[in-house]
Amino acid sequence: MTGIVALYIFMLAAFTGYEVISRVPVILHTPLMSGSNFVHGIVLVGAMVALGGAQTPLEKTIGFIGVLLAAGNAVGGYVVTERMLEMFKSSGARRKGAAPEKH
Amino acid sequence: MPAALSADSLIQASYFVTAVLFIMGLKRMSSPVTARSGILWAGAGMLVATLITFLFPGMTNFPLIIAAMVVGGSLAWWSGKRVAMTNMPQMIALYNGMGGGGAAAIAAVELYRGEAQNYATSTLAVVGGIIGAVSFSGSAIAFGKLQGLITRSIRFSGQQILNLLLLAAAAGLGGLVAFHLNASPAVVTGFFVLALLLGLTMTLPIGGADMPVVISLYNALTGLAVGFEGFVLNNAAMIIAGTVVGSAGTLLTQLMAKAMNRSLGNVLFSGFGDTGSAAVGEVQGSLKPIEAADAGVMMAFAQKVIVVPGYGMAVAQAQHKIWELCQLLIDRGVTVRFAIHPVAGRMPGHMNVLLAEAGVPYDLIADLEEINAEFETADVALIIGANDVVNPVARTDKSSPIYGMPILNADKAKNVIVIKRGKGAGFSGIENGLFYLDNTRMLYGDAQKAAAELIQAIKAVD
Repeated sequence: MTGIVALYIFMLAAFTGYEVISRVPVILHTPLMSGSNFVHGIVLVGAMVALGGAQTPLEKTIGFIGVLLAAGNAVGGYVVTERMLEMFKSSGARRKGAAPEKH
Repeated sequence: MPAALSADSLIQASYFVTAVLFIMGLKRMSSPVTARSGILWAGAGMLVATLITFLFPGMTNFPLIIAAMVVGGSLAWWSGKRVAMTNMPQMIALYNGMGGGGAAAIAAVELYRGEAQNYATSTLAVVGGIIGAVSFSGSAIAFGKLQGLITRSIRFSGQQILNLLLLAAAAGLGGLVAFHLNASPAVVTGFFVLALLLGLTMTLPIGGADMPVVISLYNALTGLAVGFEGFVLNNAAMIIAGTVVGSAGTLLTQLMAKAMNRSLGNVLFSGFGDTGSAAVGEVQGSLKPIEAADAGVMMAFAQKVIVVPGYGMAVAQAQHKIWELCQLLIDRGVTVRFAIHPVAGRMPGHMNVLLAEAGVPYDLIADLEEINAEFETADVALIIGANDVVNPVARTDKSSPIYGMPILNADKAKNVIVIKRGKGAGFSGIENGLFYLDNTRMLYGDAQKAAAELIQAIKAVD
């Protein structure tokens, strides 16, 4: 990929991120922050490539730590986002489900 | 078709699909109706990219890769499933820091190897490395603070100068590496040590109230670091996903800082948001306590009750009891609404998550702009462990640090009931004028216990 193409990708991706977020209601800010936290877990593929190409013990050690941390980012980000979003239901959807417990 | 070509085009095609799934996933996550499916889309994208990366040409060390993935992934899975909803902000900080660390590790591997790279690539590796390392150590501190492991904000004069010196030194060493002047392992190590230190010293003085903004900022920074390392590795999925998160996170950070009426620079460099003892203003009047029984009757015979939750509700884990209380009121024909300030709790939308966990339908929950006009028609505003976000001082007192911050107009309600643990000031250390108003009554106690007493009181009405 040439420098200028990379620059175009960077610019377009930056605008995309801005557009996607700009109309978000406040109630979704935390799940969305968590969701975007999950998305940068894609660093995992880079860490895999880095460790996959590592030769010296030092490179392997750092690469190992990198993959471990990146996998934590991706998996942890997914689990907590999914748990949070699981709870977002409207009153209509809720009535279809189990009736709220009464004491 | 040659085998190498087909593997490469398969990888490129998969990364393309991943980028599309990520963007569509984020888009779906920005509406409550589709949010649930958004994370599934993004998750599918991640799965595709991860699996296809095993086919990367020239990959070795497969046992190490799989071992690291299993260890990191299962630890994160275990902790993510176990964490209580109230502790969600620090878990996000933790996972975010891990991503930053991952980006820094990629940079470290590339820079230690020091093979012939062009200046652009090595510069991007260095910039991504410093951002990732700062995000890593900074997020760790943010986690420690919110988890209560670090209780004091360490602050001394000349702190800004120290930060600047650290940044300058790290940039200097980074420059040596980036422009191939001296890329010896010692210099690379020094560079990363300085960057990690910078993350520590930048985050330690920041008070807990400002942590939401800081976590969001580090989230954006990690995204940026991932994007930069994507350029280094020539990996389109990383470039696109990282940059999208970088810009989205920056916007989110700005929205949050704006909601708190602070600039980002102010958050990072002023050190307010802790115990600003100098900021305590004089307030006229006295605090008037109320018994739960009386408060319960007041709400039972109200037409309309607006509930304002704050961090106190999260600390007491009171969201379930509060919703039980509100259901009783709704059954009696009382109109109940929840008013959420953008920065209530430790994260924007933190309260929404907790209320959703308790089972409150999201259409009963209103933003500041939606609800503020309604306080005048409310018979009771029930404040649960919220403080600064309902402090009318923000409208009137120019000398107050929160002057100009948009607040919920709870003081306009006919009656105000405040559930509060004790008589102390709020997180910012600012005295709250609302508590001293003639129509305000204080219900002292833990939010969960107070809610249980209110439930008893309302049941006793019949």
